[in-house]
Amino acid sequence: MNSEQQYIELYEQARQMIMDHAPEAMNAVRDEAFEEFRKQGFPSKKVERYKYTDIQKLFEPDYGVNLNRLQIPVDPYKTFRCDVPNLSTSLYFVVNDSFYNDDKPKGHLPEGVVIGSMRNHPELVAKYYSKLAVTSEDAVTALNTMLAQDGMLVYVPKNVKVDRAIQVINILKATPQNAQRVVSDLMVNRRVLIVLEEGAEVKMLFCDHAADDRNFLATQVIEAFVGENASLDLYCLEETHYKNVRVSNVYIDQQANSRVNHNVITLHNGTTRNKLDLTFSGEGAECGCYGCVIADKQQHVDNNTLITHKVPHCTSNELYKYVLDNKATGAFAGRVLVKHGAQKTASQMTNQNLTATKEARMYTQPMLEIYADDVKCAHGSTVGQLNDAALFYMRQRGISLEEAKLLLQNAFINEVIDHMQLTPLRDRLHYLVEKRFRGELNKCDGCKLCK
Amino acid sequence: MLEVKNLHAKIGEKEILKGIDLVIRDGETHAIMGPNGSGKSTLSAVLVGNPLYEVTEGEAWFNGKNLLEMKPEDRAHEGLFLSFQYPVEIPGVSMTNFMKAAINEKRKYQGLEPMNAAEFLKLQREKRKIVELDSKLANRSVNEGFSGGEKKRNEIFQMAMLEPKLSILDETDSGLDVDAMRIVAEGVNKLQTPETSCIVITHYDRLLEMIRPQFVHVLYKGRIVKTGGPELAKEIQEHGYDWIKEEIGEE
Repeated sequence: MNSEQQYIELYEQARQMIMDHAPEAMNAVRDEAFEEFRKQGFPSKKVERYKYTDIQKLFEPDYGVNLNRLQIPVDPYKTFRCDVPNLSTSLYFVVNDSFYNDDKPKGHLPEGVVIGSMRNHPELVAKYYSKLAVTSEDAVTALNTMLAQDGMLVYVPKNVKVDRAIQVINILKATPQNAQRVVSDLMVNRRVLIVLEEGAEVKMLFCDHAADDRNFLATQVIEAFVGENASLDLYCLEETHYKNVRVSNVYIDQQANSRVNHNVITLHNGTTRNKLDLTFSGEGAECGCYGCVIADKQQHVDNNTLITHKVPHCTSNELYKYVLDNKATGAFAGRVLVKHGAQKTASQMTNQNLTATKEARMYTQPMLEIYADDVKCAHGSTVGQLNDAALFYMRQRGISLEEAKLLLQNAFINEVIDHMQLTPLRDRLHYLVEKRFRGELNKCDGCKLCK
Repeated sequence: MLEVKNLHAKIGEKEILKGIDLVIRDGETHAIMGPNGSGKSTLSAVLVGNPLYEVTEGEAWFNGKNLLEMKPEDRAHEGLFLSFQYPVEIPGVSMTNFMKAAINEKRKYQGLEPMNAAEFLKLQREKRKIVELDSKLANRSVNEGFSGGEKKRNEIFQMAMLEPKLSILDETDSGLDVDAMRIVAEGVNKLQTPETSCIVITHYDRLLEMIRPQFVHVLYKGRIVKTGGPELAKEIQEHGYDWIKEEIGEE
């Protein structure tokens, strides 16, 4: 397969146009990213970290790319009704892959905190951009770096704590309002850079939505630098439709005594691939990485994580849970790498899965690779069905089989959601998960696809 | 209340019930005793519709309705309750949510509106007293981390909440200390009315001294081989089952 060819040609032909509509700091690494992409091509399923998702096939269709940065006129406040309302957040929008600038008043941000387009902050971007997301190691990251033209920057200075959660709505929209002509399917390349200086704190919530009935392909690269003693909560919630492809690569670097809580929730999607690379660069740091997936029909969700303990005294916890119905496919491959000398590492990785039908498929692959001799590491994974004894016990009390299943599935997923620090979001998710299991989740208003 | 005729049932390929006949009228309490493996638990499981067992022959009528054609949840809605010998732990589902779902599904079946939260909490508080159950257990997951005694008391608490017409207590006394057994028995007695009936499955006379059944049946090899009054339980307590086996012509 040669799906990379069209992207190589696109870059060769449109290099100047891409550069013209992008900030200098992003252009600085573009040619190198292109070379890396050309060298690698898309990974086949023989590449270890991509064995459960056929990337070549996902990138094969001919998507439109908005290189000229044509404005797709859209009022996100109108188009979009968020499923997480009444959350006291500072709300931002990214329409396709552009940071949406508006004059709506924002919640007060502490002094020195930056949330905005990468265009407006060249020094910060130049200093941090593309440093964690190494283009020579991942073709999708290389492709994203070569095509991304705008991105979102979050910067929190030393010892500043942002109390209100930052909520970012990623809206996918190909058709302008009142469009006269049919527009093509759309590929977008989103980019996020998060920099937390020493002692800084922020909670981020990204929500992915598709606002119209087109095929979308979204690549995303998030880089997060978490300084000494800093604290980052990074939640990603996906509620898109079955024509949507999401390929996300998240890179996190943690300095000493920092704390990261990362939670990925796939409530509704088409094909989703989430990769997380987290590295402990300073001692005493801690991370919790959680994920839950609810998939049915032909949905596909692949979570791939690598946690690298480079230094001693760090703690990592991973818990990923899937509920797969119909012909859905799930994959979890997690690797914890404890480097030489990373003594007193504590690591726990758990992946638990429910398959509701014989056609649903789950691939699970927890891995430990340890080069230190004084560590406490454990990993485990299960694939199974709902407990028959519990189901019958509930039915004997008058709870119908459907309701009993729902209660058990909810209980199963809630273990992940309960790790969320944002209480209103947690409560909201309990509600959304239940709606999802009942098949009542109103995925995307105006989209009749999934009903 | 209940009429069972010539009931046969098997699990896998093994036939366990080989023709049970049993009639229970309103307000009656029946005890079922019998050696291990005679089919006592199977009988209760079949009556409440456990899908592990297959009925191969016979009938069971519950207040004029064909029990064997009903789903387990509908049997519960009609007023059939089983206190499980081994109550199941359900991690992640709180006792309160579980009970609320059970009560409201029953009300739906009866064409009633769901119970409001205040009413429900009040009911729960009242019924908990009957079995002296700690209110902290309400916030815990169903049966998870409960002691053996708490599990059995929790069964009777659920029985009190659901107000069944016919309750089957499957070895509710096993694993209970003297005080817990008294609490359970008193709870069951408080719930007894002239319109409700009860089947008590047990190995011991002690519980029967407190619950006082009118009839005692002995189940052996899938059949009821002897029926008598409370004195039969005493005889079994003293002499075991051998004399009954002899009576029916077995070693």
